[in-house]
Amino acid sequence: MGSITLEHVNKSFGEVEIIPDISLDIRDGEFVVFVGPSGCGKSTLLRLIAGLEDTTSGTILLDGQDVTDAPPARRGLAMVFQSYALYPHMSVRDNIAFPLKMAKLPQDVIDQKVDYAARTLNLASYLDRRPRALSGGQRQRVAIGRAIVREPKAFLFDEPLSNLDAALRVNMRLEITELHQQLKTTMIYVTHDQVEAMTMADRIVVLNAGNVEQFGSPLDLYKKPANRFVAGFIGSPKMNFVDGPEAAKHNAHSIGVRPEHFKLSTTEGAWKGTVGVAEQLGSDTFLHVQTDGLGLMTIRTDGDQTFRHGDVVWLTPDPTRIYKFDAAGKAI
Amino acid sequence: MARRVSTSTKVGFTVLAWAVALLIFSPILWTVLTAFKTEAEAIAAQPTFFPQNFTLENFGAVQDRSDYFKHAINSIIVSFGSTILGLIIAIPAAWSMAFAPSKRTKDILMWMLSTKMMPAVGVLIPIYLIFRDLRLLDTVHGLTLIMTLINLPIIVWMLYTYFKEIPVDILEAARMDGAELWNEIVHVLVPMAVPGIASTLLLNVILAWNEAFWTITLTSGRAGTLTAFISSFSSPQGLFLAKLSAASLLAIAPILLLGWFSQKQLVRGLTFGAVK
Repeated sequence: MGSITLEHVNKSFGEVEIIPDISLDIRDGEFVVFVGPSGCGKSTLLRLIAGLEDTTSGTILLDGQDVTDAPPARRGLAMVFQSYALYPHMSVRDNIAFPLKMAKLPQDVIDQKVDYAARTLNLASYLDRRPRALSGGQRQRVAIGRAIVREPKAFLFDEPLSNLDAALRVNMRLEITELHQQLKTTMIYVTHDQVEAMTMADRIVVLNAGNVEQFGSPLDLYKKPANRFVAGFIGSPKMNFVDGPEAAKHNAHSIGVRPEHFKLSTTEGAWKGTVGVAEQLGSDTFLHVQTDGLGLMTIRTDGDQTFRHGDVVWLTPDPTRIYKFDAAGKAI
Repeated sequence: MARRVSTSTKVGFTVLAWAVALLIFSPILWTVLTAFKTEAEAIAAQPTFFPQNFTLENFGAVQDRSDYFKHAINSIIVSFGSTILGLIIAIPAAWSMAFAPSKRTKDILMWMLSTKMMPAVGVLIPIYLIFRDLRLLDTVHGLTLIMTLINLPIIVWMLYTYFKEIPVDILEAARMDGAELWNEIVHVLVPMAVPGIASTLLLNVILAWNEAFWTITLTSGRAGTLTAFISSFSSPQGLFLAKLSAASLLAIAPILLLGWFSQKQLVRGLTFGAVK
């Protein structure tokens, strides 16, 4: 079991309020991703759940039990750090065995569990090495191994992939998702990368300045963003926003159109513009178009389109997929 | 860009460095040589460099007169005892300052260091009276205690500096792995800080070994260490140069050897974290 409930949690460092007031309900077995820009409080929120930081006020419940004042060692959660945080003076085997030793399990049970974890994570041939003799991906696997052996109520991941190179990151992303499907244990995952959030999460918490902007499934967030912040944060490339008279035509303070929701023409359309940069990825082409009076817009087209700097294009937003926002940025 | 250095410049600097080193080392060398001379040769108007009549009788005379071995054992007990006691107190203190600092941590560190700025003689009378009333005068445990206290600021400071270099993530990982404070310190912090702790230990053993002020003031015959031993030699037998040299050599030899064998460790520890 591993349901986690936050009730009116507040965290301040002295005068600075990092998290004003957050209430969340994370169900048992769920993969929840906290996503947001740097400094939005997502790591702090994770550390509050872990017990590495004390809440200023509010309650944290683990399986219905109040753990607000419990030290991290007593919460039964496992954490994987961005820096891996392996014990440099211990072998891989001792690193993975450490939480079991702390739980005072008998040696034969420890050996059995370490061997099992090592086999699952392809670490069997590295067990006697020190962490410094491992690559980044292997270190991250050891960190995950150390987390899974103790069969925690929930896993907490603090940007675990940001120190890895791009190819490895995609691999580890899949491995963690698979691990979740195998173990069916609650996982909370912090990242600033919205692609990781979209691909891994059952539900995403979008945080901004310590507030929850929206909590929902990835597709919910993409299709029905609650406000302009979420609309701009989820989706890559970013949504294009238009204010002023053009938005007023749709009875809104501002409107947003995703790069993939435009019809592109060289002869006619709603908005006229000139191609600035065309980024050709092969499968897609991203056009950065300077429109007349509406600013810079990003358009996604298929990879076969060949536009060049200076080409004149006409853009027509798909009328069923225009997002409208009021003056406060809330979706209408 | 690397600077080009001519061979003659290199030779010049090498000769200069050796000359300075020899100049600094010469009194010690002279002491060593004199220790093996007869008294007559030691004070001869035309001194010889090497002993003409090589003799070990000075060492026997020194041991007979004031029991070198008793003083040496006292030195070992006081210097190692006070350092280990200091480490036991300082490790938790440095842990809390490095990993759970408060607004006042910097001030406390400065205040601790400031106690080392005051001349020791400033607190001589109160400490002497306290020692007299607690019957700690001329006892090995009393001397160990005062040595622990006077070196504690340095031990805390050194450990604090080393601990600051340890990533806090690793200690947090230990906490998440179910380690209580004691296990976190014993299984994770201390093994990672071994180079720092070792050089702190060495430096403080040396400081305690060489400490003279409190040793001479608070002890006499029973608990005296080698510094007391040497000072007892200098005044009445000041004219017996060879015996004084032998006593000096005996007093500095153990710590000199310790320093010699651990110099790598000492240098590594003292420059730890200076360059990343």
